[in-house]
Amino acid sequence: MMLVAGCSGSADDATTDTTSGDEDVTLEFAQWWEPELPDGSLRGLMDEFEAANPGITVELLSGPYASTKEQVVAGSAAGTMSDVVGLDGAWVSDFAKQGSLADLSTLMSDAGYDESQLASQIQIDGSTYMIPVVNFVYPMFTNSDLLTQAGVAAPPTNRTEFAAAAEAISALDETTAGWVLPLSLEAPNGIQNDVMSWVWSSGGSMLKDGQPDLTNDDVTSAVEYIKGLWDAGVVAPGALTMKEQDKVEEFTNGRVGMMIDSLAHINLIRENNPDLNFGISALPAEDGFEGERGIPYASWGIGVAENSEHQAEAWKLVDFLMSEKTNAELSSVAFAFPGNTTAVPDFVEEDELFKTAFDIYQSGFPANEFTGLPVAEQLMRLFDEQFQLMLEGDQSVDEMLAKTQEAWLAEF
Amino acid sequence: MFILTLIPIVMVISYSVMDNVIVNKSPEFVGFDNYIEVLTDRVFYTAVGNTLFFTGVSVVAHLVLGLSFAMLLNTRLLGTMTKALFRVVYILPWLFTVAIIAVLWRLMLSPNGIVNYLLISGGLIDTGVEWLSSRDTALPAVTFINIWAGYPFYMISLLAGLQGIPRDLYEAATVDGANSFKQFLNVTLPQLKPIIIAMAMLDVIWTTQQFALIWMTTGGGPINVTEMLSTYTYKLAFSRYEFSVASASAVIILLFSMVLSFFYVRHQKSRD
Repeated sequence: MMLVAGCSGSADDATTDTTSGDEDVTLEFAQWWEPELPDGSLRGLMDEFEAANPGITVELLSGPYASTKEQVVAGSAAGTMSDVVGLDGAWVSDFAKQGSLADLSTLMSDAGYDESQLASQIQIDGSTYMIPVVNFVYPMFTNSDLLTQAGVAAPPTNRTEFAAAAEAISALDETTAGWVLPLSLEAPNGIQNDVMSWVWSSGGSMLKDGQPDLTNDDVTSAVEYIKGLWDAGVVAPGALTMKEQDKVEEFTNGRVGMMIDSLAHINLIRENNPDLNFGISALPAEDGFEGERGIPYASWGIGVAENSEHQAEAWKLVDFLMSEKTNAELSSVAFAFPGNTTAVPDFVEEDELFKTAFDIYQSGFPANEFTGLPVAEQLMRLFDEQFQLMLEGDQSVDEMLAKTQEAWLAEF
Repeated sequence: MFILTLIPIVMVISYSVMDNVIVNKSPEFVGFDNYIEVLTDRVFYTAVGNTLFFTGVSVVAHLVLGLSFAMLLNTRLLGTMTKALFRVVYILPWLFTVAIIAVLWRLMLSPNGIVNYLLISGGLIDTGVEWLSSRDTALPAVTFINIWAGYPFYMISLLAGLQGIPRDLYEAATVDGANSFKQFLNVTLPQLKPIIIAMAMLDVIWTTQQFALIWMTTGGGPINVTEMLSTYTYKLAFSRYEFSVASASAVIILLFSMVLSFFYVRHQKSRD
């Protein structure tokens, strides 16, 4: 906690040489994106912004995701948040309630911004506090060779086909599993990406009027389905402490037939196992479901600090990053999908797998109901604990969902 | 000293009696409410139980293994080259950082890892065991990893102690007709006692505070079977953002550590 208190930056400090009006303005932009992008690419975009907006200088405050989170938490508490901050949807609710984030709806309105070009906005009580700049979607990855060996002609499109394919793959040999499900309590995002995705892909929801609704038919059906897969022995062993990187490794090494994973890992899989023959497809939905499929995603979001003395200039930076050209450029270097609906990243035209993913992305809708919820990671962990007990046979699906619903309500 | 030690401690204690610092701009005094919340939480007692098991087994095993290997390295029955080789092999676990140890053992203990392969090949088990993912084996598994990582410290310290025991004592014991076991009980152990007590106390303090190894291998799971006081407190702070409750938990751990430190200091003073 001492470290958290000590590592906060200060928007005020960074702008002491500036005043509003005609004077030069220095914007602090805290994010974890720069270390994850090719060297110099984000700085290059900032140079373009500075050239297009004389008098505004951008100072990038870059660090790993966890450090950025701690920095933003501390800045939020101390009122020293950077002018522009990279945000994860899981943080937004808490910061918005603390009054640390500026109301972007007002800034957009003041600037006469056309909101229709934005793929999505994260709103709390009707006001926008975060805009997803780029999205990392989570389609289903399938090992084409294992599917063929198991006699599965095409990637499954519904739950029955998926269960049959998973059983056929698991039957190939003792070291091969049909599906991989990471449930580590250290990083419980498997609940979001690998469990709730089954609900969203069939148009379901875990919320009702912004409150937890875990005992509804959609969630119950998805959890019962996963329990069925678990009991059938088609889930790769080690699931209860498995993390996302373990999941990718299992798939990359050809020990798993199917996984739900971030598109961002395509290059990693290719690099680590160039011989792996794999494809991607939309997440299976409930049998007979004909509606639009939700596809889970994670975002690099952006927001403006309420304590910033230069919110208008900060909005210009957000506007620049969300513009068609810049957003396409950023998406291209990040191998992500754009937050601007009109932007098309280069890699979509150049790579067949990414093109397929882009088609899946455009035919469905980005779905992540954890975005904007209070203490989102803790909600996943609470779900995970009860979910593990249920999988181990200590409680029924109904008991598990009722207990989790109660625990979530306490957090809300 | 004042800045690095006292101020953080005072701040954490003051946080622990406020309603929620860091995320609350105007925290208010709430007395012992946060302590009551921690002490009435079922998971806290699970963490206490797991920490006691983890610490108790680790310290005893560190001592037994450390002493055994130290005596092996101190024996005159082995040649110089053999002892040098054993010295290198036995010290290896101590050279790895916690992150490497965690990754190494996660790979070896994975259901498709080498441990299961060897056990199945040797006919000891029929199917792979989910060492770190099963409720039956996760706590013993992380305890084993901690034992593996920590025994060299005992070994080196006890070896130094063994080499400082005068040969005259063993020769006198031999003249009195004491066999090797009696020499161990009546010469070796009494001579090593001050080192053993000091190291055991330090090890208890260090092991109760072990966080990185647990976090990087199991994250406190599956369910709560490897939840320790350290991981419990971390989750309160950085998953739930309940920094005041986390501070209360940290103060409870601090009090526990202070009791152990008191005994350690008293033991050291009595030696002086």
